[in-house]
Amino acid sequence: MSGFPSRAQVVVIGAGIVGNSVVKHLAGHGWNSIVQLDKGPLPNPGGSTGHASNFIFPVDHNKEMAHLTLDSQQQYEEMQVSVTSGGIEVARTAERMHELNRRMTSAKSWGMESWLVSPAEVKELVPFIDESVILGGWYSPSVSVVDSLRAGTLMREYAQDRGALTVHPLTEVLDIRTEHGRVSAVVTGKGTIECEYVVIACGVWSPRLARMAGASIPLTPAVHQMIDVGPLDVLAATNNEIGYPIVRDMDTFCYERQTSGSMEVGSYAHRPIFHHPDTIPSIEEARLSPTELPLTMEDFDPQLEQAMELMPFLGDAEIKYGINGLLSLTPDAMPLVGETPEVKNLWSCAAIWIKEGPGTGRALAEWMTQGYPEIDPHASDIARFYPYMKTERHVLARCAEHFNKTYGIVHPREQWDTRRESRVSSLHPITSKLGAVYFEAGGWERPHWYESNAPLLEEYGDRIPERPHEWDSRWWSPIQNAEHLALRDRVGMVDLTAFAIFDIKGPGTLEYMQYMTVNQVDYPPGRGVYTPLLTEEGGFRADLTVLRMAEDHFRVITGGFDGARDAYWFRKWLPDDGSVTFTDITSSLSTIGVWGPQARNLVEKITSDDISHPGLPYGTFKHAVIDSIPVTMFRISYVGDLGWEIYTNMEHAPALWKALWEAGQEFGVVPVGAGVYGTTARLEKGYRLMGAELESEYNPVEAGLARPKVKSADFIGKEAYLEARAEGPSAVCSTLTIENHVSDSGIARFPMGGNEPILTVTGERIVDSKGRVSRVTSAGAGPSLDSYLLLGYLPIDLAQEGQDLQIMYQNELFPVRVARVGSRPLFDPDDLRMKS
Amino acid sequence: MRILVCVKRVPAPGAKIVLTSDGQDIDTTLLGFTVSPHEECAVEEAVQIVEREGGSVTVMTLGPPEAEEQLRSAVAVGATTAVLLPTGIPDWDPVATAGALTTAIKNLEQDEGEPFGLIMFGNESADSGGYQVGIRVARALGRPVVSGVKGIDTHEGGVTARRETPAGSEVYRLPLPAVVAVKEGINLPRYPTLRGRMTARRTPVSRIEPVQDPGGQSKVALITPPAAGTRVDILGEGPEAAPAIVDLLEELGLV
Repeated sequence: MSGFPSRAQVVVIGAGIVGNSVVKHLAGHGWNSIVQLDKGPLPNPGGSTGHASNFIFPVDHNKEMAHLTLDSQQQYEEMQVSVTSGGIEVARTAERMHELNRRMTSAKSWGMESWLVSPAEVKELVPFIDESVILGGWYSPSVSVVDSLRAGTLMREYAQDRGALTVHPLTEVLDIRTEHGRVSAVVTGKGTIECEYVVIACGVWSPRLARMAGASIPLTPAVHQMIDVGPLDVLAATNNEIGYPIVRDMDTFCYERQTSGSMEVGSYAHRPIFHHPDTIPSIEEARLSPTELPLTMEDFDPQLEQAMELMPFLGDAEIKYGINGLLSLTPDAMPLVGETPEVKNLWSCAAIWIKEGPGTGRALAEWMTQGYPEIDPHASDIARFYPYMKTERHVLARCAEHFNKTYGIVHPREQWDTRRESRVSSLHPITSKLGAVYFEAGGWERPHWYESNAPLLEEYGDRIPERPHEWDSRWWSPIQNAEHLALRDRVGMVDLTAFAIFDIKGPGTLEYMQYMTVNQVDYPPGRGVYTPLLTEEGGFRADLTVLRMAEDHFRVITGGFDGARDAYWFRKWLPDDGSVTFTDITSSLSTIGVWGPQARNLVEKITSDDISHPGLPYGTFKHAVIDSIPVTMFRISYVGDLGWEIYTNMEHAPALWKALWEAGQEFGVVPVGAGVYGTTARLEKGYRLMGAELESEYNPVEAGLARPKVKSADFIGKEAYLEARAEGPSAVCSTLTIENHVSDSGIARFPMGGNEPILTVTGERIVDSKGRVSRVTSAGAGPSLDSYLLLGYLPIDLAQEGQDLQIMYQNELFPVRVARVGSRPLFDPDDLRMKS
Repeated sequence: MRILVCVKRVPAPGAKIVLTSDGQDIDTTLLGFTVSPHEECAVEEAVQIVEREGGSVTVMTLGPPEAEEQLRSAVAVGATTAVLLPTGIPDWDPVATAGALTTAIKNLEQDEGEPFGLIMFGNESADSGGYQVGIRVARALGRPVVSGVKGIDTHEGGVTARRETPAGSEVYRLPLPAVVAVKEGINLPRYPTLRGRMTARRTPVSRIEPVQDPGGQSKVALITPPAAGTRVDILGEGPEAAPAIVDLLEELGLV
């Protein structure tokens, strides 16, 4: 067919809000040969965009999502397709009122105005509600309603006006071809387009398209029910598409949103109803559109009564339209953005809703153009999943679990119920017997604390403050603090099998590893190094330890949460000439951490290898034999005490644990969970955590992780890193202590590090010169310091030890003080305990 | 007046109808269900008559247990009671359907001690379009019947039914009890209100086991007719296209 392109730099598949946003921002970044395809017609190809509710509540507890949403809201405003309606979340329960305090706190963090309102005040804003059924509400005046279809047209036109884009609707993609693991062409019903890049922005159909190329986009089409109810004179009298604030009836998982003279009632309360991307009807087969399936009324019926309770005038209005609308859900409720780990230059931009569409499109375009987006995308990064997490069963189970939490109250530490024990350490039977309470870490069952340590509370109970508020003590145990103190006093054993471990080998390994890492890794075999990995813009991409096993062999040890993303990053940069090989050996090794003042005494009982300080100095490792089991002992510590990460073959781990355990009895060894390893001991040492303090929006200078010298070898992000060093930090990662836990309501509270804003003593938000807000990135007890510790970045003028500040937690203010600026630990500042 | 309306659960397909692999049925995996527009109008007409004059509207269907959904939809817009004749096997031809309905109606009327003043049907079902069931039931009950009805007026002891023909309107006076089969356009059916829907949820659906008489037609298979091909000829663009358009219009005898 004439006029159909045979070549393009990039083919964007999908012309919903996401695809349209992607083409706009790619064009804005200078891409000039973009072809956009959609199976459906324009401007509404029949995907989720076409039936979306189109409203935006910008406040989110998650920073990444909040920023993507705010950016999107701003883009809609700039396109003049946005009306600010305001919105109210109403509470019917005391628990929800508590949650609305958390909303207030997050709004403060992201700089959005909002208020708690009484039932009478809600009534003033929305006169047709029955205020007697609610306890109060949270009013967010910046909630907006957008025209996402019009926005899509404008964004396509932006790219077309630049001569960068040709759009082909009614064009079905039949295949995506690859060559040598890289995208090469898109085959359509109208012809084949050779291309360098493909972006899949097909919403609920994305898994189908990804599969054509041999990749995986793990989402499921899921039903969100909505009905349109009218006519309602009160609404028609506004002469407006939206004249009243949108009401989210949070405890019934429903919303009511005016659409001209009628009211749309939407629900997230019904049973999870999933479809398969392969069986969504075609445009011809669908009665309305492929993603507007017939309303299963019996699922909606219970919500009618609740809607009428809140808004009695709905009772006599007619249900004019109702659908089981399809949208995309993912296993962890975050979008799927980035290059697919399976196929080079095949990018995903899927599982994105209207409220974050334009922002995510922009982020993807930045990512494809300059290496990484401005907004750290690690929670949306499609590379975050381990293979088993992309299986259909896992996706469906997790989506079924979280669907009804869309409006739910989700605790920051909340654990999943379904699909547990998908990854278990060979130590699991042992730790299980010891009463381990497991939290999931990168899919692994990782002991968080051990109930068998409850007797330690008798020993240490007087040093462990009570947490009287149920919210603060949920998914927490005082036993964690007791384990911490016992490790500091004696010795602890930690199951660290959740580590992801990679072997990198071959003649090009040294050059490759130097290029990947910030810190010098060219040491003789036997040395181990902690190092950040940077984005090309100089922000954190990963942090991990690297062991020089041999001249041409490095071993990388990284966290379970980051293993999949890190594996993708290492593979991405492997040289094409085969001079370096990458092998994920996570499944073949187990790691047991042994730390504490008695650690050496313990291990020396069962090894004849020299593990003295001179025999195995800090930062080195050696192969040894413990009780006849071959191990590798790495002298390092994330808890700040003497000891080692001890690696052994997975099949030996139970025997190793047993040997260590028995040898440790005379030293009072305790099993220690990740509550200590990842939080309390870490915070006392001021160690930064990837995904909390360490993210692409901050650099090593700001994190306090810059070494005195920069290695001469080139590495990813070096130029930016050198600039950052020359420039100096705009903000510095600091440790703060809570000076008074007792809130105005007279109860001691314990913030948990969920982006609580750090404020001046007069209650002002703190923003650094790069526009980044100061917030709590990690929080937890410092049992050995008898204090409660917070990490966060502070602008340099406030990053002064002794500086008084405040934090907001659950909408209450608590005095805090800057205890340490930079990375020097509060506990054992000279590292004498672990380095001697 | 006591009015009975008979409806039939049918799939609500899109433009393209997909059959199951054995060719026996429409593939309804992703389809919703409804009743024919004629039947929606019959329910609305019955509800309007009862709103005006008092009485009750019973809605009845012969169909699978899921057809309760269509009965509740009728209750949501004003029907008073609902009766399901649950079927196990789908193959009920018009003769069998009319027979089962007739038996059920007789039983209901016997229980109540009086006949329904008016029994209403849609003119034809939305799926098989047999045009038969209403007439067969009327015949079996020995009652007068008019089909294709686009207007109903009630008066003492009877109803007036109007239907349209190419030649004009035909008006029939029917003594009660009577049967009418109405056509879409007789009224504008209302949507259910939230309150109506909640009433429908709570309304019990009574069940009468249908009796299937032997005989009648049985289905062999469904066949999708070949799609009518369309052809588009572009006659040209801009003013240059004018002569070709004129030629075509002349060819078609339009100018």
